[in-house]
Amino acid sequence: MKAWSLLIVLGLLASSARAQLAVRADTLYTMAGAPIENGVVLIRDGKIEQVGPAHTVRIPADYQVLEASVVTPGLIDAHSVVGLAGILNYDHDQDQLDTSDPIQPELRAIDAYNAREKLVAWVRSFGVTTLHTGHGPGAVISGQTMLVKTRGETVEEALVDSVATVAATLGPMVERYFRSPGTRAKAVAMLRAALLKAQAYRRKRQASDPARRPEPDLGMETLGRVLDGEIPLMITAQQVPEIMAALRLQREFGFRLILDGAAEAYLVLDEIKKAGVPVILHPTMVRPRGETVNATLETAARLHEAGIPFAFQSGFESYVPKTRVVLFEAAMAVANGLPRMAALEALTIQAARILGIADRVGSLEPGKDADLVLFDGDPFEYTTHVCGVIIEGELVHQTCQ
Amino acid sequence: MRVRLTLLFVLVPLVLYAQEQPLVFRGARLYPISRSPIERGVLVVQHGKIVAVGPEGEVAIPEQATVYDVTGKVIMPGLVDTHSHIGRVEGGDRSAPMHPAVRTLDAIDVRHSSVQRARAGGITTVNVMSGSGHLLSGQTVYLKLRKGNTIEDLLYCKDPLTEICGGLKMANGTNPQGDPPFPGTRAKAAALVRQQFLKALAYRRKIEQAKDDPEKMPERDLDMEALLEVLDGRRVVHFHTHRHDDILTVLRLKREFGFRVVLHHVSEAWKVADEIAAAGVPCSIIILDAPGGKLEAVDLSMKNGAALEKAGVDVAIHTDDLITDSRWFLRAAALAVRAGMSPEKALEALTLAGARMLDLADRIGSLDVGKDADFIILSGDPLSVYTHVEQTWVEGQKVFDRADPKDRKYAVGGAGVFEDGDAFVHEAH
Repeated sequence: MKAWSLLIVLGLLASSARAQLAVRADTLYTMAGAPIENGVVLIRDGKIEQVGPAHTVRIPADYQVLEASVVTPGLIDAHSVVGLAGILNYDHDQDQLDTSDPIQPELRAIDAYNAREKLVAWVRSFGVTTLHTGHGPGAVISGQTMLVKTRGETVEEALVDSVATVAATLGPMVERYFRSPGTRAKAVAMLRAALLKAQAYRRKRQASDPARRPEPDLGMETLGRVLDGEIPLMITAQQVPEIMAALRLQREFGFRLILDGAAEAYLVLDEIKKAGVPVILHPTMVRPRGETVNATLETAARLHEAGIPFAFQSGFESYVPKTRVVLFEAAMAVANGLPRMAALEALTIQAARILGIADRVGSLEPGKDADLVLFDGDPFEYTTHVCGVIIEGELVHQTCQ
Repeated sequence: MRVRLTLLFVLVPLVLYAQEQPLVFRGARLYPISRSPIERGVLVVQHGKIVAVGPEGEVAIPEQATVYDVTGKVIMPGLVDTHSHIGRVEGGDRSAPMHPAVRTLDAIDVRHSSVQRARAGGITTVNVMSGSGHLLSGQTVYLKLRKGNTIEDLLYCKDPLTEICGGLKMANGTNPQGDPPFPGTRAKAAALVRQQFLKALAYRRKIEQAKDDPEKMPERDLDMEALLEVLDGRRVVHFHTHRHDDILTVLRLKREFGFRVVLHHVSEAWKVADEIAAAGVPCSIIILDAPGGKLEAVDLSMKNGAALEKAGVDVAIHTDDLITDSRWFLRAAALAVRAGMSPEKALEALTLAGARMLDLADRIGSLDVGKDADFIILSGDPLSVYTHVEQTWVEGQKVFDRADPKDRKYAVGGAGVFEDGDAFVHEAH
């Protein structure tokens, strides 16, 4: 008898994963307007169908109803290496950095992403539904990054955008992996030379005489797309000299710049603001050593006050813990002066805007992907749990974590 | 004139020992740890000790006391970190896998920013140790985070020449493995350790046979002396271990040689919680934001605290600073609660449980009359992300005050704050 009822429950759960869903929340953060008390989200075929206060939304009889104290859009980890970097930390599961050459824009993230990596499920269990991951910091240009949903058995099933940014790094971190560049100035010179070469390549490729066009070059093609403004250049720059060098490069070549890390951003807020550049901030709890020795817990609050758009990242960890969790990093920023709504924006719609996917994710609005996180309390409180994660209408995580 | 001189002589000691005058903290919610929280409490300290603690109205306020109204705040004992690498600590070198004679107290910079960072996190007692890249990397040292210029100012022991001032750091699993003379396998590691302890037993036999005759006494051997302290139960072994079978190896060594041991990190303790409980061995656990980083930590679980509590094991939590940062030590307990540990045991794991594991529970770890006046003043619930450590007090002296900009920077970071040399992180975990 017991076995039978268990089977029935299992059957319901299995079918529920693909059922149409209604999610009711005591507090619903849509991130497209003020929070809704007693709100409901209807989900149909993986998309958001309707959002509103419970008294305005009629829940069809065949919809499975889920309830939670707080519901937010799926969280976006705005910069990670998870999936390329694995949990074991052995050579064979660390594919975020190739050190054969300090400049390799041609390396594609899709060729190295392990959708079944345990760390993907780990960050998902804390609400991350969209992951900006790929080649890590450490090379002048380490390769490409991409956008995935934290689901699927293959990169194809997970993919949102195969080329999100080209990842560059300035500062002493590069000197740990390469003999040259061995100084900050040398790295900048190498990056400038690569971009100049790409400019020349692009010009020559447009030559009217096909015989005078250069042979296709994967790296140059990629940098050409950066120069065209099609793909942003994400420059990891933690200290002031690197941040200023990144802004200078942007002025020289006119590409779309995303400042990454930016541990000392609080020292040059006016300059960053004036350049109109968004920031993907280092993990709030980053260790105060090396390039991030001057990091503060209040930088997110400072960026917010300055009106600089920013998002949170799990970053790159070389040892323990093998990844960070953006929900935790944002919570620590809130505890140190960042307003709650600003933190939720940075985790959702603001991250989506910086990464160019705000038409699909980042807020709960009809027509967008049905990516939701269900909490049993204040999302930022240590002792609150993530009790449900929905990606495109599918309940992918349902134990309270 | 005589009167004035007398007055001067009276004033000088008052200035030197400000805590001669009783200090009263009134109105806070008190977490004594040794008993239930007190909603509106009074804490009285004098001469560096707790002289009274209880609910408001039941505790007499001494005359001439300095009274602080801390209504709305929370007071709990100073935090005890059973495993940390602050002060740029060093242990043994790469010449051998075991260094029982090496004292970390000879190589700690107590003026390093990491020490003030720990005070900013509410830590008042810390077991500073060397890393896990050795089977035995040296003697740990128990420090009280008084304001001080030298390591001597911070020691628990009165004299390092005559007293035991800490424990002994040991490790198994993959971190101590390497090329000879380091072990290449787990079995080799255990054999090397056993051989070393057998040598110490032989040394002890020689001493016993000498029957206090100086002519027959063996030559002094610093390594052997430290190991004898361990075998005699006077020096506790702090054993870094992750995988469940490595944990069982430690329990086997303990059974063979009878030493007292605290299991540290214990990523897979949840798999052998009953065996640990049966052995009566306490655990000092780490809470990390994600598992992995190495194979033996892949199964690390935030549920460790809950699983060990359920099995009846005495549980402390540690920072392993700079693996996790001393500034968010309270957070580790909160995450353990998130994963099922009881709030009472989680707070005990930050205080009294750690004190027991360092043999210091008679002096610290709870707000009880007669114990050292080590406590922290919090802005709210100890397990809330929104709570800040506002003040840290050691033996009746304030050693951290978030309201003071000079101290606040150690809590939040900033330009130049931590630029006094890289903190220890290599192989620490």
